[in-house]
Amino acid sequence: MKSVIVTVLRSSPLSYPGKLIAVEGLDGSGKSTQIHLVKRWLELQGARVFFTEWNSSTLVKKATTKGKKRLLLTPTTFSLIHATDFADRYERQILPLLQAGFIVLADRYIYTAFARDAVRGMSPGWLERLYAFAVPPDLTFFFDVPLETSLKRILDGRPQLKHHEAGLDMGWSTDPYESFRIFQGRIHEQYAVMKKKYHFSVIDAEAEIHDQQALVRKVIAECFDLAQFHRRGLD
Amino acid sequence: MKRKMKVFGRALPELKDTAFPGRLLVLEGPDGSGRSTQILRLSSWLEANGYAVQFMGLSRSHLAAEELEEAKQSNLLTRTTRSLFYATDFFEQLINVIVPALRAGFIVIADRYIYTLMAREIVRGTDREWVRNVYNGALLPDAVFYIKVGARNLIERNFLKKATLDYWESGMDLGLSRDMFESFVKYQRLIQTEFTRMQSEFEFETVNGNLGIDRIQQNLRKSISRLLQIGPLD
Repeated sequence: MKSVIVTVLRSSPLSYPGKLIAVEGLDGSGKSTQIHLVKRWLELQGARVFFTEWNSSTLVKKATTKGKKRLLLTPTTFSLIHATDFADRYERQILPLLQAGFIVLADRYIYTAFARDAVRGMSPGWLERLYAFAVPPDLTFFFDVPLETSLKRILDGRPQLKHHEAGLDMGWSTDPYESFRIFQGRIHEQYAVMKKKYHFSVIDAEAEIHDQQALVRKVIAECFDLAQFHRRGLD
Repeated sequence: MKRKMKVFGRALPELKDTAFPGRLLVLEGPDGSGRSTQILRLSSWLEANGYAVQFMGLSRSHLAAEELEEAKQSNLLTRTTRSLFYATDFFEQLINVIVPALRAGFIVIADRYIYTLMAREIVRGTDREWVRNVYNGALLPDAVFYIKVGARNLIERNFLKKATLDYWESGMDLGLSRDMFESFVKYQRLIQTEFTRMQSEFEFETVNGNLGIDRIQQNLRKSISRLLQIGPLD
């Protein structure tokens, strides 16, 4: 099966002047706060930077919303429709921006799909091949947080959990909060495997926000020559 | 009588049990090959013999059909999103329409299936293995009839029917030729080559689509009778 992935990757441009930075982690890990701070930091120094988040393509939004509302989605169609959403953002934004020399910041990347869909029973090998058109990030930060901490951060406010967000489609429990706990627990297990497999840069998400951010900025500055990404005419 | 259906690749999580009393028949062939006419006649004949029939076709799902049409008009689809949109549409119908019908003992007749979907992507340069992985988990039909018609013959039928060639069926997006007529001929040949390549793997039964409507129908009924063990032909 290995040769398969190689041929698929060959058809996508592997070298581009931009840089792709992704953040991954459980809901409540604080990753969105951290990537927002990275974005501000890069913008303020005049870098060409673009931010993109999961599940935000307008192309498939109607279909996704309808599918979720009417509960039409099964694990396979849930997976395919999210892949469509991702592919739309990838082919029309992420990849062209990387080719144009931008730093692209992605709040969740293909690993979110790997984790959620594997929990719903899709085969990990199938998922990897499905997303083989996407380049791996140059840096993936994983905000590591104990399951209980992330659950507490999310559930303490007693939020209105959406059907799929709570994993209610899996029928583990009819109570949204209990179902969410089970769902997040399984995603946590998936991340534990992936953080080694895909060489994530692991950040302790229980540390102070600014300490986490200092570390993240240090890693980015060490990995890339940021001066290369300054907008033209600003030097 | 229930029997286990084969799956293309690995079983889907929502489709672990594939033992059904129903049967799945697929008609493949280009626009103008007479698929819909043949399907209508087959369904009358099957109903006359006491079989319940369910139809299935591409881009007819509740989930994605409308959105897919809209997106096609808007020129927003990229290669990968078009592939994945069609796949979403297909699997939604497979899981929510075909499987329940098979479970209830219907004869499901599909107006095109994964073969057209895969061929369209492959001739557009999408990686073959990637496309096959996308359709992993589809049920393999009890019979696939491929209605093969010569390109010239197809053109004549398309003109007689609509007096125009369809943009997508002419493969105009591939840039094979700026001349629509020429593009149609080239595109249909590419698709045919891909079908020929798939033929032995998926055991298509080729039907000579250059014959008249009645002759084609007779040939289809003969094969289906054998499959379903239907008695003397009506």
